[in-house]
Amino acid sequence: MKWLSQNYPQVVDLFLTHLALSVPAIVASLLIAVPLGWSAQHGRGLRGPVLVGVGLLYAIPSLPLFIIVPVLIGTPLRSSSTMIVVLTVYGVAVLVRSAADAFASVPAATLDAAAAVGHTRWSSFWRVELPLAGPVLLAGVRVITVSTVSLVSVGAVIGIQSLGTLFTDGFQRGIRFEVLTGIVLIVALAVLLDGLVVLAGRLLMPWTRRSAGIRGSRRRGGPGRRGDSGRVLAEPQLAGAAQPEGASR
Amino acid sequence: MIEFRSVRKEYADGTVAVGDLSLVVPERSTTVLLGSSGCGKTTLLRMVNRMVDPTSGTVLVDGRDVKEQDRVRLRRSIGYVLQAGGLMPHRSVLDNVATVPRLEGATRRAAHARAAELLEVVGLDPALGRRYPGQLSGGQQQRVGVARALGADPDVLLMDEPFGAVDPIVRADLQAELRRLQAELGKTVLFVTHDVDEALRLGDEVVVLRSGGVVAQQGTPAELVAAPADDFVADFLGLRSRQRQLSVREQDGRRLVVDADGRPVGVLEGSLEGSLEGSLEGSLEGSLEGSLEGSLEGEVPGA
Ligand SMILES: Nc1ncnc2c1ncn2[C@@H]1O[C@H](COP(=O)(O)OP(=O)(O)OP(=O)(O)O)[C@@H](O)[C@H]1O
Ligand SMILES: [Mg+2]
Repeated sequence: MKWLSQNYPQVVDLFLTHLALSVPAIVASLLIAVPLGWSAQHGRGLRGPVLVGVGLLYAIPSLPLFIIVPVLIGTPLRSSSTMIVVLTVYGVAVLVRSAADAFASVPAATLDAAAAVGHTRWSSFWRVELPLAGPVLLAGVRVITVSTVSLVSVGAVIGIQSLGTLFTDGFQRGIRFEVLTGIVLIVALAVLLDGLVVLAGRLLMPWTRRSAGIRGSRRRGGPGRRGDSGRVLAEPQLAGAAQPEGASR
Repeated sequence: MIEFRSVRKEYADGTVAVGDLSLVVPERSTTVLLGSSGCGKTTLLRMVNRMVDPTSGTVLVDGRDVKEQDRVRLRRSIGYVLQAGGLMPHRSVLDNVATVPRLEGATRRAAHARAAELLEVVGLDPALGRRYPGQLSGGQQQRVGVARALGADPDVLLMDEPFGAVDPIVRADLQAELRRLQAELGKTVLFVTHDVDEALRLGDEVVVLRSGGVVAQQGTPAELVAAPADDFVADFLGLRSRQRQLSVREQDGRRLVVDADGRPVGVLEGSLEGSLEGSLEGSLEGSLEGSLEGSLEGEVPGA
């Protein structure tokens, strides 16, 4: 406790640094994975190569990647930009598969219908395909959100500051409370960001909140998705959906 | 007006869905494509809005070859009710109906106001507009599909088994509504069904297709019932079934129309000298109404 009261400005600083490393990497992963996942799903014969390719990325151990990235793209060693690129590589590796699955989950008949009523390819992508891929994509984003937050701490080993620094420092100096603080704050940050992602999903995909939901939408989410359907069903909006059908004539 | 000129469609796997078919759908009338499953009805319909390109032949809408028109523009100018509904599950009912006006740049407010009107036109409570399609019954969804097709006030309407997913009573209801609508709006309608009664009820002109997308016979419902071109048409229309072989029998001072088994299917009103058209009322099996008119009309000239 005494340690925390003496060091809390630094802890806050590390928390914000950790956040500033995680968020850009998560956003960048999403922006890169969506087009890759889409082309894996739609390009003839691309699915195999793309998925194998990103699978290999995931196989690269993280510490060497902190060396390889600066060599390949010239970012300074031990810099936050190197960190963000490394995190993005892992994020993409996981999220491309989710994105490909997400686009695969969009019913072909719905896309056909969108074209038939006069959507252009562009408007069909933005207004139909991407939103309908949303729930599965969101599950993927939740996974990489949590994994990115925890991966940031690894950078502390090679001297990139983050909440992970509390581990390395705490171990070296034998301050158990410092290590504990690091663990608690990393978990807290992961939970916080995950909550924000879920919230954003609800705002962007209001139809998934309704009880009747969508026929044909898949319950194909990743691990983080479990339980949220239960919560969703408990919402009071249910009442509105259960109105008698007789009102239609 | 829609015109098919010697169209043929052979899919990549060699299936011939439509073989050399020519057909004119006159303006402001309803033409029904009637045929059993897999005979190429949907394929024909989708040639009109270029969802399917014919292997050979041309399709003209209002005298213009659809091949020369921009697909997207063409599709927005034609109302299309898809066989399976084809509503966007993630958009509210109102948004679904407002799709084309929105794509055409109408403001959200204007498009929604128009969409609410259209819901009323197809007999839906506008309050349903806030729901998602998944929260509607099958029949309600089909009405929404019709409302969406009317969205951009198209002259041409393609309807692919629009009432397929509902029970007979709701179906009769929807058919009646479509007739009312058509009387009001006067669209050029190409309507697909495999339901004989539906075809006879709704079509100004009925085209009976045999498998492989070949026209077996074309004519008004009365013409088809009075003079089927061949056994295929007669069988398909069920003209030899005992329910379609009708005669009139006196009962308690009223003339009953009965089938070959003596089962009553309706009451004949007015005198035989007068026009018989539309004179059947309260038929026990409402769905037979159209065919009764047809067959009786066919008999009248000789009477
Ligand atoms: N994309 C396609 N590729 C290959 N064959 C197809 C394709 N679409 C349709 N067909 C075939 O073409 C034929 C006509 O199909 P179509 O969908 O036009 O039939 P339909 O008359 O609408 O049938 P239904 O009443 O069952 O809807 C069928 O034999 C069908 O299997
Ligand atoms: Mg069909």
